[in-house]
Amino acid sequence: MPLNPALDPPATPPSSSAPHQRADARHDAWFRYLVRACALLVLAALVGAMLSTLWGGREVLFGDGLHFLTSSDWDPVNNIYGAWAPIYGTLVTSLIALLLAVPASFGIALFLTEIAPPWLRGPVSTAIELLASIPSIIYGMWGLFVFVPFMASIEPALSATLGRIPVVGALFDGPPLGLGLLTAGIVLSIMILPFISSVMREVFQTVPARLKESAYALGSTTWEVVWHIVLPYTRTAVIGGIFLGLGRALGETMAVTFVLGSSYDLTTSLLMPGTTISSSIANEFNEAVGLHRSALIALGFLLFVVTFIVLLIARLMLRRLALREGRS
Amino acid sequence: MILTLHTRRRMVNVVALALSGAATAIGLLFLGWILWVTLKNGISALNLQLFTRISAYGAEGGLANAIVGSVFMDLLALLLCVPIGVLAGVFLGEYANRSKLGSTIRFLNDILLSAPSIVLGLFVYVIVVVPSSQLTGGAVSFSGVAGAIALALIGLPVIVRTTDEMLQLVPNTLREAALSLGVPQWKLTLQVLMRVAASGIVTGVLLALARLAGETAPLLFTAFGNNFMTLNPLDATASIPVTIYQYTNDPNPAMHAIAWAGALLITLLVLALSLLARSYLKRNRITYD
Repeated sequence: MPLNPALDPPATPPSSSAPHQRADARHDAWFRYLVRACALLVLAALVGAMLSTLWGGREVLFGDGLHFLTSSDWDPVNNIYGAWAPIYGTLVTSLIALLLAVPASFGIALFLTEIAPPWLRGPVSTAIELLASIPSIIYGMWGLFVFVPFMASIEPALSATLGRIPVVGALFDGPPLGLGLLTAGIVLSIMILPFISSVMREVFQTVPARLKESAYALGSTTWEVVWHIVLPYTRTAVIGGIFLGLGRALGETMAVTFVLGSSYDLTTSLLMPGTTISSSIANEFNEAVGLHRSALIALGFLLFVVTFIVLLIARLMLRRLALREGRS
Repeated sequence: MILTLHTRRRMVNVVALALSGAATAIGLLFLGWILWVTLKNGISALNLQLFTRISAYGAEGGLANAIVGSVFMDLLALLLCVPIGVLAGVFLGEYANRSKLGSTIRFLNDILLSAPSIVLGLFVYVIVVVPSSQLTGGAVSFSGVAGAIALALIGLPVIVRTTDEMLQLVPNTLREAALSLGVPQWKLTLQVLMRVAASGIVTGVLLALARLAGETAPLLFTAFGNNFMTLNPLDATASIPVTIYQYTNDPNPAMHAIAWAGALLITLLVLALSLLARSYLKRNRITYD
């Protein structure tokens, strides 16, 4: 490290610098207040987002209360607002996304930590993480123009096979529109894949080699080591990573808005159009006035509270591993 | 056929490893598919008109106003979130590293990092757009400033986190050497630590830019959109992502072509920025999620 001019001793001898020291102390105090104020802005942003959406949605939240949450009647013409359809759509699409993304992320993390030769690990993990950098509007365009027609072409086959199984069949029953809850769930799963897999990959690497080698020495296969040693050791952080992905999936807007088909009808079929909280807001906000706008902001408040709780759980679980590692 | 335990265990192993390889292949396949579609449609739609004409011409127009609007708002957003984020990161890394307030803010910053961007857009709508419209009697409502504030909220947590982590990497001996010479702490921070951590902080800025440049949702109700060129921060302002959103919703295929060209521009920018930043972070063993 080259010597920095700021490190050079002061030109004046220390004895004659009492006023100078007082000024330094004053500047130090100011600087401390400044950096603290900036840090508190982070806090203010979170609290502000929660309070401002609560305020913006007060007419609906405090006016209709429980009815707003449980009713599925969304009728801007008659000014009746029930949020159940978007809440249902958000939950269903996020659930589909998790069901697909969690096993796939586990596979990717397993591949990157145990199977792939070292020269392949860097490029492949960078490529998977690039999925997280692609703007969500691009997922939306690709989804609408490419993936929806693709889904429309395979949905008849889905209805003919999975649709015939009793009970589960109702989920895959319906016209092959391409648009719908299933398509949105799949697009979401691709979006959250890099978040979950990078957490899993990172925590899998923290497992002490001693433990894994002991298991291998006892004759375990790679799969047995991962399933019985690595996964139990990293369980908390893996669940944290899954919740992190869930938080992303719940709040994602642009990728799902195009492929959902925006419909407030509740259906059991995953092949039918639906809506989510965020896509309702994106689709309707700029045309909405009065109570309608208030209802959409109230939806935003709900979304923020739910994602906040999910992310809080995620970070707490991730931190537990970090604490054990002695990193934080 | 009766399988021995040994054969069964080996079969389970082979199947599991094959499935994990397949999962990786599927992930890469989707990346390739999305990038290929964007490249193919984007390149075939590229022409000079995109950069010279504004979107008021519709299908015969271009993206000039959206490009200018995006650059303008992104830079304004950086101007807002870089100084605040760096100073907040300094607070976390230097002043409150072990304190309760510090770890709480660090924790909440990580939550802000993954908060839904559309809600941050609503937040800015409620605290900036609505009051400015009421104060000016509707003359100023949706504005470039509001859009930039929303984008700044997206970039802020990224910068706070990278600054904080970069400061953790600065060796303590450097701080001790400066303090023992009687250098006040603010001078130590700005003139010593900032220089050592400067390249890392630049990486944070690149990451923040990569994140906020592709954002659509927070701009919908803050900057809105504009068919004309404007550099007035109090006007509604067009941006590439919002223009893509509007044109994709249009039934006219000629509009879709323009949207694909915009998609190509924004994807190339974002991927280049994040690859650049990532290659640096990898070298410094910083995690970013």
